[in-house]
Amino acid sequence: MRTSECDMVIVGVGGQGVILISDVIGRAALMAGKPVCGAETHGMAQRGGSVINHTRIGCRFSPMVASGGADVLVALEPGEALRFADFLSPTGVVLVNTRAVLPSSVTCGKARYPPVPEILAPLKARCCKVIAMDATALAEKAGTAQAMNVVMLGALAGYIPLSEELILQALSLVVPQRFLEANKKAFALGKAEVE
Amino acid sequence: MREYLLGNAAIARGLLEAGVGLVAGYPGTPSSEIIGTLVELKSERPPHVEWSVNEKVALEVAAGASWTGCRAAATMKHVGLNVAADPFMTLAYLGVGAGLVVICADDPYCHSSQNEQDSRRYAQFAGIPCLDPANPREAKEMTVFAFELSEKFNIPVMLRPTTRVSHAREDVEMGQAAAPCEPGHFIKNPARRVALPIHARPLHSELLAKQAAMEEALESCPWNRLDLHGNVGIIASGIAGLYAKEAIFDLDEELSFLCIGAYPLPKKLINRMLMHVSRVLVIEELEPVVEEQVKMLALKVNPQVEILGKEGFIPREGELDYLQVRNAIARMLGKAERVAVKNADVSCLPPRPPSLCPGCSHRATYYAMRKVFGKNAIYPSDIGCYTMAIGMGTVDTCLCMGASITLASGIRFGGETEGICCSLGDSTFLHGGMTGLLNAAYNKARITVTILDNSTTAMTGHQPNPGTGMTASGEVTTQVSIEALAKALGAGLVETVDPYHLDETLESFQRAKDYPGLSVIIARQPCVIKARRSGERRRSFQVGEDCIGCKICLDFSCPAIEFEKDKARINALCTGCGVCAAICSASAIREVAR
Repeated sequence: MRTSECDMVIVGVGGQGVILISDVIGRAALMAGKPVCGAETHGMAQRGGSVINHTRIGCRFSPMVASGGADVLVALEPGEALRFADFLSPTGVVLVNTRAVLPSSVTCGKARYPPVPEILAPLKARCCKVIAMDATALAEKAGTAQAMNVVMLGALAGYIPLSEELILQALSLVVPQRFLEANKKAFALGKAEVE
Repeated sequence: MREYLLGNAAIARGLLEAGVGLVAGYPGTPSSEIIGTLVELKSERPPHVEWSVNEKVALEVAAGASWTGCRAAATMKHVGLNVAADPFMTLAYLGVGAGLVVICADDPYCHSSQNEQDSRRYAQFAGIPCLDPANPREAKEMTVFAFELSEKFNIPVMLRPTTRVSHAREDVEMGQAAAPCEPGHFIKNPARRVALPIHARPLHSELLAKQAAMEEALESCPWNRLDLHGNVGIIASGIAGLYAKEAIFDLDEELSFLCIGAYPLPKKLINRMLMHVSRVLVIEELEPVVEEQVKMLALKVNPQVEILGKEGFIPREGELDYLQVRNAIARMLGKAERVAVKNADVSCLPPRPPSLCPGCSHRATYYAMRKVFGKNAIYPSDIGCYTMAIGMGTVDTCLCMGASITLASGIRFGGETEGICCSLGDSTFLHGGMTGLLNAAYNKARITVTILDNSTTAMTGHQPNPGTGMTASGEVTTQVSIEALAKALGAGLVETVDPYHLDETLESFQRAKDYPGLSVIIARQPCVIKARRSGERRRSFQVGEDCIGCKICLDFSCPAIEFEKDKARINALCTGCGVCAAICSASAIREVAR
């Protein structure tokens, strides 16, 4: 029996803006009058480490998505998508930014970063759909690479039970006014990727 | 109005809604955002909010305010309560004036801690009530209730969120901030404020006598709830209650359910459950605090009931998750367990551990330290960002706040003849290192103490400390001199270096190493994150064609240095500290115009 309306796991690398996505969704769910909860990582994880956020819409239980329970896995970095693939439901969807962030073990030549197709293949075997996009390039097109997370939010919008209008309204509460236009553009570019 | 709030922000709101007059704390994950949020929440008459020097200080300051008729709270992480244990235990005897709440955030699974101790044990040990919220909403409601409970029973009350409550988010109903209490006066009452043996003995009796009344009051509180259905039962505490409810809903079973959120435990509710069921599963994170009591009560009221829990069903370590709880319940019921999904093969992925930032001055200090003291020296270290430099060979120990200096002393007195150079941050030194330095001077420990002074409490989110000249609320205050402190505490040699100047730092470490007594090196350079936020622009560096590919710079393990086609390369992460240019054996790393 379903214990929430929609379960999502949002992952990335410290500094990529994982929390912003969850904050926008939380506010939008609130406007829609739906119960919402989530859990995030602070502290040690922030120093260039992996970051994971759980967000559950229409849920009055725990803030944590169960292993094998995520309807959507949003990955701001391809390697992190695979690292947290255990959360994916077999009927789930993965939205993944294909732009890698190389850990220093790789940049200094001590470890290898696999080619992106090698990362996406096992993901495809675990869920019903993998949608990959160069969200960083799309954000640059929108005016700022920083808005990569908002490109991913735009892609995510079609997979969660919240109206686009409310999500954009929540977004405008969270991003500074002077970046709002670029962020809206980024959102639209992300949305177009999944249409 | 509802807001999507972080658990710690919900606690901060609860403090304001309770009309708190003073909040004191020391930063520590997962508790730090409570004070951070309070400072940002502007109210008409804001409470006195302070970052104290350590948790013992914070609790004592809060107790003083409580005794002056001002509702007060102290915030800390679980291991901080060890530091505050001395006042904590005796305050249970002496009692409060206005409400006094100890907010102690536990960290099951050690997400960001050196152990996963269960603070419910501490509350039980001291004989004080403990409120164990399951989510941000409960955390806020319990914060307000904690003050009422504290005043009703004249006793401090513990609020014990865990990481998954402090760092959870939820839609929370906001209430009105209450007017903080009027400025009060300390009322002299030696029998209740002076813990002489003659006063402590009757106060201990009083504390024991209170237990039954507190328990009675908590039997009917909204967080201890009993629903009797079938003859199989679940007793679950804190966040485990949420996992259990979700599992019962998913399994579509009619089970009796006792949810525990407040201690001392509601014995009457537990007895009613034990008399109703033939089998019960106790689900709680970490220690079997509830389970032990349930077993004792069962001996009296229903010795036949089967009690399941830590033995074979619920782990005693780490944090619980939904699947573990669901499967434990399914197993008890003889139903099919949900098979966990097959773990994805992530062996192709490079690990991504947290690491020191590009340009972090700790890296430069440790590089120089290691170069001078060598690989055979002993390097006791401490609690802070710098523990992440474990790969540099300069972190041989990490025990608790300030223990680097005292362990170093003990290692010397234990007979170690190699060089001993310990290290700790400025905030850690001021928290728990000063007494150790005094002890080292007094007892003639021949060691070198390195204070990694980045002028902030970086790991927990850049809180100010007495070395920064700034209070929690951003007011300018006395800036304590770490040099003067070190000298006053008895260090023989005290030198300050800028770790970005490698030669000067190496020379300083050499003098410290040669010094026949207690030496202190203060390596001072502001945290790079703070420097960047304050808009400081640094120099730019590039690797020239004359790079010989020796990889010496890679051993410095700065994320800004890459290696490509037999040559080093400096990437966009570079903050321009310039230390790699000094390290380069071919002098191939050079400053360039921006």
